[in-house]
Amino acid sequence: MKNEYDIIVVGAGPAGSIAAKYASEKGVSVLMLEKDRDVGYPVRCGEAVSLAGVEEFVKPDPKWIASEITKFSFISPDKTEVLIPFEGKGIILERKIFDYELANSAAKNGTEIITRAYVNGLLFENNSVAGVKYEFRGKQYQIKSKIVIGADGVESRVGRWGGLKTFSDFRDMESGVQITAANINVDPNTCYFYWGSEYAPQGYLWIFPKSNGLANVGLAITGDIGKKRSAISYLNDFMNNYFPNASVLSSVAGGIPFTPTLEKIVNPGIMLVGDAARQINPLSGGGIISGMIGGSIAGKVAADAIISNELSKIYEYEKLWHDRLGKRHEMFNRIKNGIYKFSDEKYDQIAHSLVGLPDEKRSLGNVAKRAVINNPSLLIDVAKVFFSK
Amino acid sequence: MVLLIEIIPDKCDFCGCCVGVCPEDAIELKEAEIKIIEELCTNCSKCVWSCPIEVLKFNFDKTAGKKNEK
Repeated sequence: MKNEYDIIVVGAGPAGSIAAKYASEKGVSVLMLEKDRDVGYPVRCGEAVSLAGVEEFVKPDPKWIASEITKFSFISPDKTEVLIPFEGKGIILERKIFDYELANSAAKNGTEIITRAYVNGLLFENNSVAGVKYEFRGKQYQIKSKIVIGADGVESRVGRWGGLKTFSDFRDMESGVQITAANINVDPNTCYFYWGSEYAPQGYLWIFPKSNGLANVGLAITGDIGKKRSAISYLNDFMNNYFPNASVLSSVAGGIPFTPTLEKIVNPGIMLVGDAARQINPLSGGGIISGMIGGSIAGKVAADAIISNELSKIYEYEKLWHDRLGKRHEMFNRIKNGIYKFSDEKYDQIAHSLVGLPDEKRSLGNVAKRAVINNPSLLIDVAKVFFSK
Repeated sequence: MVLLIEIIPDKCDFCGCCVGVCPEDAIELKEAEIKIIEELCTNCSKCVWSCPIEVLKFNFDKTAGKKNEK
């Protein structure tokens, strides 16, 4: 271990590992610090991703694919089910193995990794971030770097210390709770989404099947709803009503910032990626692929800035991110604000009109169209999402 | 009595949800360790509403004010 690195990445989730991988690939020195005992643990995620999205970064491996998804099922408040074939292929990850694999790929490129390293402050030089302070096995350390990449998740404090506004309004922070349970008898190739006030008001409930009757069952609600009733009480009710014989093998909770990207994700010497930058899809709450995309851009830009000895080049990351996904997320956010406030009756109406369609006409585009009929102001945004490249 | 926000550490999942919504940076989270920094906390309650598993709650500091009881 050295006294100084070109880049320090704080947090070894998918966004951090990919940032470290792409930076170290260019030959700069990278140190990645993870506060937990294990990379990838605890898992706070539904684990559903598109296969194509993962393939951009890592070769698919059966070791971390729990199941393959070919269909979506949307269940409306009156329990009308609409089955829609998935264009492309989805997978349910085994995040514990997947995250190890990503960190391993960064290490293979030369990134040094330390777990149980709790970053508790930043170093500054000439008004620029110049390293981190951290605690490891009860001792305090300081280590310098030219750039710090904050990948410290939804609870990010690295960004805040670096002068970036990372606080999320509680109305935009969805409270998520999920169990992995056995004896969930659902189709192993279908992802289920439940909508409406019984299941998860201003959010949705999901069942993502893994293998052998295992499934991730979870839901997210806004802080506004959480004021009246907690996320876990909704999940307990659902399990008692629908799967009374299920056995819970693990449970996790966490905040999901259903918001567009932070206004600023770069300051002198510091860049934010993944959940820390709010690079989550604000419509679905999915953040693995988008976090890896953010991480890859940040890693490359940071390394280029160091190689060219022009650290101000890190600001290019903001533009590149917004061009790739940031602007799209702003649109998703507007759609979310329309759809998530639908009444139960509107969800039912949409489901009824879709059930009447022949199989070949059921597509996500058609779901969106039906949603638009109920809220015409969404028309332009939905059209942009489904009809632009 | 003074209104306080309290964390029940035994129930906590250490997910950091409350840290992300705290506008005052008043919650500190380490591996399996979480605490509210009372000097910074304004009792805004955002952390209470955003906690998915009801780990945070309002409580009253029953010792506060006793110094004045003479």
